[in-house]
Amino acid sequence: MLSHIVRRVLQSFAVLGVMSLLVFTGVYAIGNPIDILVNPHSDQKEIARAIAALGLDRPLLEQYFGFIKHAATGDLGRSFAFNVPAIGLILERMPATLELATAAMLIAVLLGIPLGLWAGLKPDSAAGKTIMAGSILGFSLPTFWVGLMLIMVFSVWLGVLPTSGRGPTTNLLGVPVSFLSLEGLRHLILPAVNLALFNLALIIRLTRTATREALQQDYVRFARAKGLTENRIVGVHVLKNALVPIVTVVGVEFGSVIAFAVVTESIFAWPGMGKLLIDSINVLDRPVIVGYLCIVVTLFIAINLLVDLAYSWLDPRVRLGEAR
Amino acid sequence: MLLLRIPLAAAILWICVAQGAELRIGLAADVTSMDPHFLNLQPNVNISWHVFDALTHVNEDARLIPGLADSWRAIDPTTWEFRLRRGVKFHDGTDLTAEDVVFSIERTFLVPNGQFRTFTQRIVGKRIVDAHTLRLTTATPYAMVPYDLNSVHIVSRKAATGARPEDFDSGKAMIGSGPFRFVRFARGDRVELARNDHYWGNSSQKSGAWEKVVFRIVPTDPARLAGLLSGELDAIEQVPTVDLPRIRRDSRLQIAQKVSWRTIFFHLDQRSATPPGLADKSGRPLARNPFRDVRVRQALSKAINRQAIAERLMDGAALPASNLVSPPVFGHASDLKPEAYDPDGARRLLAEAGYPDGFALVLASPNNRYVNDEQIAQAIAQMLARIGVRARVEALPISAYLTKGRNAEFGFAMLGWGSFSGDLALRSLVAAVNSDKGFGAFNWSHYSNPRVDELLERAFASVDEKQREALARDAMRLAMRDHAVIPLHHQITTWATRKPLAYAPRTDEFTFAHHFRPQ
Repeated sequence: MLSHIVRRVLQSFAVLGVMSLLVFTGVYAIGNPIDILVNPHSDQKEIARAIAALGLDRPLLEQYFGFIKHAATGDLGRSFAFNVPAIGLILERMPATLELATAAMLIAVLLGIPLGLWAGLKPDSAAGKTIMAGSILGFSLPTFWVGLMLIMVFSVWLGVLPTSGRGPTTNLLGVPVSFLSLEGLRHLILPAVNLALFNLALIIRLTRTATREALQQDYVRFARAKGLTENRIVGVHVLKNALVPIVTVVGVEFGSVIAFAVVTESIFAWPGMGKLLIDSINVLDRPVIVGYLCIVVTLFIAINLLVDLAYSWLDPRVRLGEAR
Repeated sequence: MLLLRIPLAAAILWICVAQGAELRIGLAADVTSMDPHFLNLQPNVNISWHVFDALTHVNEDARLIPGLADSWRAIDPTTWEFRLRRGVKFHDGTDLTAEDVVFSIERTFLVPNGQFRTFTQRIVGKRIVDAHTLRLTTATPYAMVPYDLNSVHIVSRKAATGARPEDFDSGKAMIGSGPFRFVRFARGDRVELARNDHYWGNSSQKSGAWEKVVFRIVPTDPARLAGLLSGELDAIEQVPTVDLPRIRRDSRLQIAQKVSWRTIFFHLDQRSATPPGLADKSGRPLARNPFRDVRVRQALSKAINRQAIAERLMDGAALPASNLVSPPVFGHASDLKPEAYDPDGARRLLAEAGYPDGFALVLASPNNRYVNDEQIAQAIAQMLARIGVRARVEALPISAYLTKGRNAEFGFAMLGWGSFSGDLALRSLVAAVNSDKGFGAFNWSHYSNPRVDELLERAFASVDEKQREALARDAMRLAMRDHAVIPLHHQITTWATRKPLAYAPRTDEFTFAHHFRPQ
């Protein structure tokens, strides 16, 4: 168990190293941030001075090793566009994204599992077919378009929910959150639903398949033969076994919801990390781009580790020490 | 006493007329920092103008007017004397003095990676004559000091001594003398301001009647418009041209438009023997660079139907250009007329220049910077096809585009420029490239004409405004008649508000809360 965790941590350092080199080279290849951020009134000397001040005139590898040296001490550099430390900038925006992603995953799980279970238990009923047809829409409609439609219907036509922004926040243990006030909740609903849609559809389909499979298993038939109640059969024998693949997917998807919150955050002007990333890519703000990706990669690794641990709890046959 | 009471009564009236004393404005681009001496980016400077003042301001036509200095003059060609307005107070109640001005000028050199030293580096001497009189000297005669100082916001020495950029973001150092006090900056989300009741400009009706102003940052165009339609925002800036017809039809909304100082034009590489992307129609390199021939440059200009682009592609939100600065701006030569659309004349000129069958070029354009930039490039490529020039559009995001442009990787390239005087625009865009003089920093064409350079140098050295404007106009005429670059149009900026709110639109594109009034 312990050796497994240690191995994971070592692997993650290798991943971080490779990723940061790739991103560094990629951003370097696109262009020079000074060209975008430059004061249009500057003359050539001023531009050259600005490039030198950020060290952008030095060879790529020298810049990279300079970055690694500082990164080892936890300093990812100052943002070119915001003039504050990149890591602080990202952490400042993180609660908004985590809150949005958590809300989206909660919606997806709390609606998706019961609906998928229903569709799996009664596949030929009208409700079961409607649920499955609806899930296809969730898969196929582009997030961007759905977001704009949600704004159009609920904000512009019905006027019941705000169009964009985060609204007022309340401090929970020093972290600003939206869900504790009514106004904050109203701002959270549309972006969270928008972000949840894809995963809702995914979880519905997954639960349905897993349920259908579990129903065929010997242990379910045996439970039936034993005369257990339907509730106990579904709740314990079907659901718990169906949960194994769902936990994997929820884990992986939570990471990608954080990473792909970019689109939703842009449409709803939600001040999270994703929007920060897009803004930073637009101005080639390298410290922020690299810092963001380091944090997201770390999150992915941590989530995967948690998923592994959850497996062994759900399915006692899985032994982490033996995992290769 | 009576004189004092009238504006006060007027101010009270506004408050009554306004539906609530809060104004919510949707901004189109992210504000990155509150520090007024860090980046010279439009959204950042826009906020600075609410909290701070500068010695000189500009009016809605981008012309210089008094700000914290109520008068200035050149005592001799290298010395400028500024007289500060009396009785101006910072938001913390302290008096503004010449000390604060000197401190602010010096601070532009201290901010890490700050860009505002561009506007102060020519000042070699600062002498405080008395608390309200300041003399600034330059090494050589330099007429632009009052213009340059329009970009330098004055901060309180007391509040900003030793302040880091973070202290401005948190509000600790955000003490200015402007029409609004700083309340809160939530990065990526909003900036909140409150009225400065003691603003010096109150009597000249410049104050905002708005007790509270919220700038919401909503960069996605449809979401910004949705915010306005749902009533969550009272006003928005940068309305996309495709939405103009729909807003005009909506009886709850109204539009304010004004020609911007941003001019869209094309650079043509006149330096290299073989400009990138240029070839004959079968792909073989050309014997010589056709852009060096003024007839070819004029032919390309004649091939462009500016009226059609302005009316159809831009929904009227563009003004065909003949100059590198727009009509209200200092140094605009109004006798120049936009090149008329004349494909036959263009073909004749090309034949005369030795290209009866035309040639092929790559038309470079950004795809996320100027209004409808890529569509404009596509339209122009089709227009060029009609005179036998085959153009392939290469549209790039601005982040990749500008570096390539600076490295001379484009033969024919779109660029947009905003400047509050013609000589400044010419200095950056068409003056011969010379880094010692600071000329031609964005002259991707590498156009060079000693006559233009000489006129510009004389303009920058003449402290007499009339003379300087005449020289700037001469230089503009010379460069434009020589087709140094091909001007396309001046953008027209659009604001949309919910009635009865109206905006007094500005050439410099700024969105000032204190210029929104109920009609």
